Amino acid sequence: MAQPCRLPAGGRIDRAKPLRLRFNGRDIEAYAGDSVAAALLANGVRLVGRSFKYHRPRGILSHGSDEPNALLQVDRGPGRIDPNNRATVVEAADGIAVSSQNHWPSLEHDLGAVNDLLSPVLPAGFYYKTFMWPQSFWQRVYEPKIRAAAGLGVAPHEADADRYVHRHAHCAVLVVGGGPAGLAAALAASDDGARVILADEQPEFGGTLLHDLHATIDGAPAGDWRAQALATLAARANVTLLPRTTAFGYYNHNHIALVERVGDHRARQDDRRPRERLWQVRARQVVLATGAHERPLVFADNDRPGIMLAESVRVFINRYAVAPGRRIVFATSGASAYAAAADAKAAGLDVTLVDIRAEAECGPGPAMLRARGIDVLPAHTIVGSTGRKAVTGLIVAPVDANGIVGPRRTLACDGVGMSGGWTPAVHLFSQSRGKLRYDDAIDAFVPGTPAQAERSAGAARGIYDLAACLADGWAAGGGAARDFAATPSPTGFRPVRALPTDADAKRVKAFVDFQNDVTAKDIALAVREGFESVEHVKRYTTTGMATDQGKTSNMAALGLVAEILDRPVPQVGTTTFRPPYTPVTFGTIVGSARGALFDPIRVAPLHDWAAAHGARFENVGLWRRAWHFPRPGEDMHAAVRRECRAVRESVGIFDASTLGKIEVVGRDAAEFLHRIYINAWLKLEPGRCRYGVMLKEDGFIFDDGVVARMAPDRFHVTTTTGGAARVLAHMEDYLQTEWPDLEVFLTSVSEQWAVIALQGPRARDVLAPLVEGIDLAAASFPHMAVRTGTICGVPTRLFRVSFTGELGYEINVPADYARAVWEALWARGQEFGITPYGTEAMHVLRAERGFIIVGQETDGTVTPDDVGLGGMIARAKADFVGKRSLARPDMLKPDRKQLVGLLADAPDLVLEEGAQIVADPHQPIPMTMLGHVTSSYWSDACGRAIALALVSGGRARMGQTLHVTTPTGFAPARVAAPVFFDPKGERVHG
Amino acid sequence: MRHFSLRTLLTEAANAHQGWARQWRAPEPKPAYDAIIVGGGGHGLATAYYMAQEHGMRNIAVLEKGWIGGGNTGRNTTIIRSNYLYDESAAIYDHAVKLWEGLSQALNYNVMYSARGVLMLAHNQHDVQSFKRHVYANRLNGVDNEWLTPEQAKAFCPPLNISPDIRYPVLGGALQRRGGVARHDAVAWGYARGADALGVDIIQNCEVTGIVRGSDGAVTGVETTKGPIRTPRIGVVAAGHTSVIMAMAGVRMPLESFPLQALVSEPVKPVFPCVLMSNAVHAYISQSDKGELVIGAGTDQYVSYSQQGGLHITTHTLDAICELFPQFSRLRLLRNWGGIVDVTPDRSPIIGRTPVPGLFVNCGWGTGGFKATPGSGHVFAWTVAKGEPHPINAPFTLDRFRTGRLIDEAAAAAVAH
Ligand SMILES: Cc1cc2nc3c(=O)[nH]c(=O)nc-3n(C[C@H](O)[C@H](O)[C@H](O)COP(=O)(O)OP(=O)(O)OC[C@H]3O[C@@H](n4cnc5c(N)ncnc54)[C@H](O)[C@@H]3O)c2cc1C
Repeated sequence: MAQPCRLPAGGRIDRAKPLRLRFNGRDIEAYAGDSVAAALLANGVRLVGRSFKYHRPRGILSHGSDEPNALLQVDRGPGRIDPNNRATVVEAADGIAVSSQNHWPSLEHDLGAVNDLLSPVLPAGFYYKTFMWPQSFWQRVYEPKIRAAAGLGVAPHEADADRYVHRHAHCAVLVVGGGPAGLAAALAASDDGARVILADEQPEFGGTLLHDLHATIDGAPAGDWRAQALATLAARANVTLLPRTTAFGYYNHNHIALVERVGDHRARQDDRRPRERLWQVRARQVVLATGAHERPLVFADNDRPGIMLAESVRVFINRYAVAPGRRIVFATSGASAYAAAADAKAAGLDVTLVDIRAEAECGPGPAMLRARGIDVLPAHTIVGSTGRKAVTGLIVAPVDANGIVGPRRTLACDGVGMSGGWTPAVHLFSQSRGKLRYDDAIDAFVPGTPAQAERSAGAARGIYDLAACLADGWAAGGGAARDFAATPSPTGFRPVRALPTDADAKRVKAFVDFQNDVTAKDIALAVREGFESVEHVKRYTTTGMATDQGKTSNMAALGLVAEILDRPVPQVGTTTFRPPYTPVTFGTIVGSARGALFDPIRVAPLHDWAAAHGARFENVGLWRRAWHFPRPGEDMHAAVRRECRAVRESVGIFDASTLGKIEVVGRDAAEFLHRIYINAWLKLEPGRCRYGVMLKEDGFIFDDGVVARMAPDRFHVTTTTGGAARVLAHMEDYLQTEWPDLEVFLTSVSEQWAVIALQGPRARDVLAPLVEGIDLAAASFPHMAVRTGTICGVPTRLFRVSFTGELGYEINVPADYARAVWEALWARGQEFGITPYGTEAMHVLRAERGFIIVGQETDGTVTPDDVGLGGMIARAKADFVGKRSLARPDMLKPDRKQLVGLLADAPDLVLEEGAQIVADPHQPIPMTMLGHVTSSYWSDACGRAIALALVSGGRARMGQTLHVTTPTGFAPARVAAPVFFDPKGERVHG
Repeated sequence: MRHFSLRTLLTEAANAHQGWARQWRAPEPKPAYDAIIVGGGGHGLATAYYMAQEHGMRNIAVLEKGWIGGGNTGRNTTIIRSNYLYDESAAIYDHAVKLWEGLSQALNYNVMYSARGVLMLAHNQHDVQSFKRHVYANRLNGVDNEWLTPEQAKAFCPPLNISPDIRYPVLGGALQRRGGVARHDAVAWGYARGADALGVDIIQNCEVTGIVRGSDGAVTGVETTKGPIRTPRIGVVAAGHTSVIMAMAGVRMPLESFPLQALVSEPVKPVFPCVLMSNAVHAYISQSDKGELVIGAGTDQYVSYSQQGGLHITTHTLDAICELFPQFSRLRLLRNWGGIVDVTPDRSPIIGRTPVPGLFVNCGWGTGGFKATPGSGHVFAWTVAKGEPHPINAPFTLDRFRTGRLIDEAAAAAVAH
């Protein structure tokens, strides 16, 4: 029979829309509106998984996001398989396949269940006490076994086929939770047109109103009130309704993160739709109406499939029209289960209710149930259950006021609804850094003083009466005080810990944390061993650390610890709740930041030209830079040699646009640079450039670059490619915090100016015909000068500078014209064999001349003097950033690492960059290292390999032979001056 | 101290585990101790353990404001390695790794040190150069570290995406095979149990609120939430809160405190065999024995004592994880938290004397001190017991920021953990 446990009528499911899914290879029929859990129960499936440690058979405990047991793998097609889904929140969709986890060979017959028998030797923390001998066995034997046994589902092996998106929003009031309190809050908050967002993790708004069939509000059935409220909200343009949306993180400044499930509930994934959407909301006010979670009772074998939370039994019956059993025993310590029992009876089920409290404590509940023909057993405890893969009976016994347990009897049943009270869902409140307060009456923590602009409302703060929830929500939403009339909710509750039993509590398994298989005796053991702080108990036993984050277990564990220590609960403390409220898909958090969008790719204006001319690129920070331009058949080495030769012999062209550029303007611009750089700036003439070095406060080189004075109050500063942003930030920092009196304005112009470097003896010949308004003659436009004029009709700041050691220009033009100017130079240069070169050739050319690259020759521990730039320091300056640090004793030591050249004895041996240098390769380990190779290349101009290195006391070691590590040993190399070509630097003046 | 072994476990199983005693006592503070360690994290507890064990100082106490191990010790991603660049760093971290190797046996507490290998990925030419520099320096220092090609990296860590099409393709990696992970809580508990057995008082819920000094300036005791306690020697080992405590003695520390975040996924069956770090794209990942992927995120950009970092920091890390491991995109984030890390200008710790006689400090481990726990405790115990540094921590002075003799691991590699 299809759906043997489906009730003939009722529920919110759509019987006109049947659908079919698969569970462990078997067809399951269901209806639109079912959760997977409801579908399984409707089909009589009780056993849905195996527990983490003992592999005990487990069923469905709850109906919502607090579910610890029913974790399934869901398969929605290739690239759409994922583990550990709670059956209670996955919506049934046509064609999905779900399967149980953590068993071998099958769910029914799981060899792992042997752990249940071994459990006496596997108490909490057993692994800290053993697996230590022999020493090597932990890693080789024990750990691999433990790892294989642990874990729940299987991680996907294919890349995710789905798409995720992000939305950011602002609102006046964000209401989290759409039960009666949340709906009332949203109504009140949106009344005057303020922007309101209402989010609820369930597919439908209404919370308890979805399954409370008999309540009335303001005289009408609660269901009608709910429909009316939703219609009102939906009609308001200022309200955004977000069903299927879980608020999972509450961050500083009322920043709330929510995840909206967009795709999974649809039968076939529509590729245009994302699977999930991450909302990041900044709300002026947040209302947390997140409800409460029911607590299980702690008794022996309280985990058999078929044993559920009482309210969940009611939800399955009323909302999904599913009978979780035909003979149901409710076991409770409070009044709320009475309504569930009544509803179960009304659905035609056979019902008994057992209450731990004495008859006198139970209020009108027993009479109400007895009038309906339900057997009520007050003053009874539960001492166990029978059955293995499904519950077959609940073992109860009378208990008197002194806790004396009478004779046992078994109530045959196929379903149990238990209730140990309620725990307000204070997770988000706690995340917001609000302080929790313990409320004796409900034996739970409730929100205390908020830390942000937040109000909790309704059951989330321990208010369980319907009318009171509505009024509380309304007030939290900012509404003027008003009363609601509603059916009173049953009240009365006695806090209980582990239920009284006649059994040896030390030997039975009464579960506290179902998913992690933590029992009451584990908690007792932890406390016995001195783990008294609740955080210690959590960590030692792993209670509350499972994927349900302890929603059903935290209070029980805390209560047990308090009981054992005989301390009030608040003295034992509560754990801090951490995001996320429920687990969130990585992909959702990542959104579209994948592949090329993982990090933006920056390309210079001439990127496309380079790509079209065969460039190979390298990643430099965010930039993609042309590395070299191999011709067909050329390898990198050959290409770089050819590019270098072209620059040395004729002319090369290079895209230097990635250089950072900062326009420094203002009355005090020169003074400002004077303080930032080590060198002097006050006397630099307009029209001249200077190479500058700047330090951090620690005295170490931070960045370098050429600075041009365009006018008395205007400088064009260049930085390294990687340093552009941090140099600007550094300058702004000083300007704003140290020298606010200086009148200087800083503007990043890195993207505005493209820079074309034209380098080589024929550079002027290529350039001259294209430039207007600038006399290029060496005498009037010498090395380290800057001019403004036009090139190809385009305004230019033309620098005569060289990072290659050749006659050279860096042509700054507005970025949009870069391609046109480059093409003109390219055309003009053909007769000279103009050659594009990349970053690798640039590195070789500058190394031949001994020019440093910040980040390659320097690493944040290098002073100007270390790299031979000590002479640049304007000693007469009163101060500059880093000056004081340069006077520290260690900065003056003669054995500091200094920049030198290294020439391997084998002239064609290109040493490895990063290789270490020693004086004696035969010394024992640990060896004394003198330094390392910072740059190393084959140099055509020198006809041999060259290297730069930082070597301790290097300048005093000229001519010495040192030994450099190679992949196989050491290579001898001679210390030389760090300039290998054109030692006098004459060629730039050509 | 009750010995832990399979035999005692079996004996107790027959006894329903009723015979296990407290792993450490819960004493009230005595009026005076020979020395006091402030901070019951791994480093503080290890210090006390070695002071008692190797230096015979038994009349000492560890004062912890909350519960032991509740600071960064219990919040970190437990990456252990010693392939640091500078001689001084390699010496102290390798000292620690050697102690890690036999720590479970020494403490008779399974700290689950798992040398499954730490692989650090290079994604650009600068990384390649920097990693080779490390590999060579480590080789000459006797510390294992080897260079792997992308294919070798993939063979060592099969889930890795070495496609050249990703935003920052993997250009190779440096592998330290002796590196790995350990169970952080067990480290705190194991040291606590060991120290307690030697007579050390471990006093929880006892916050130090003041440092008392005599007329000569030397320390004479501490004020705490459990009253004043006299002592001639104080070792401050309080990670992110060190500056606050040192200020009680008038010492300004060159430290900045930032929230650093970490997160775990839901537990899954074994999918990740090693520890993988990528500083360039900022991804640090391993899989716990329980099955969770353990992922380290970054620090906030601004200083703060809030143990909650921004979501964007977590986001950035998950971006990187899903870029390197696109198959993990459907896994779910289970828990995300932060700890306050104490960062020095050169990213190396400060371990030694202070200008105040009797006051010693061990801090500045920043984002990467878990790995050093045994070594740090061992040399700091010597320092506090003898009043002078052990040769291994001698270079890690507070004074170096004045002399300029920095040990700049950050500059060397910009490595976080
Ligand atoms: C998210 C994160 C990830 C990390 N990942 C790694 C990693 O992978 N590998 C690695 O090696 N390191 C890592 N670290 C760093 C590492 O955790 C720390 O360096 C190390 O654990 C510090 O240990 P500790 O004992 O000094 O500090 P803690 O464990 O923080 O102990 C300090 C103790 O001092 C106590 N205290 C503070 N003030 C007082 C007071 N006034 N009185 C009494 N007690 C006080 C605190 O409560 C705390 O328990 C990480 C850190 C974080 C936060």
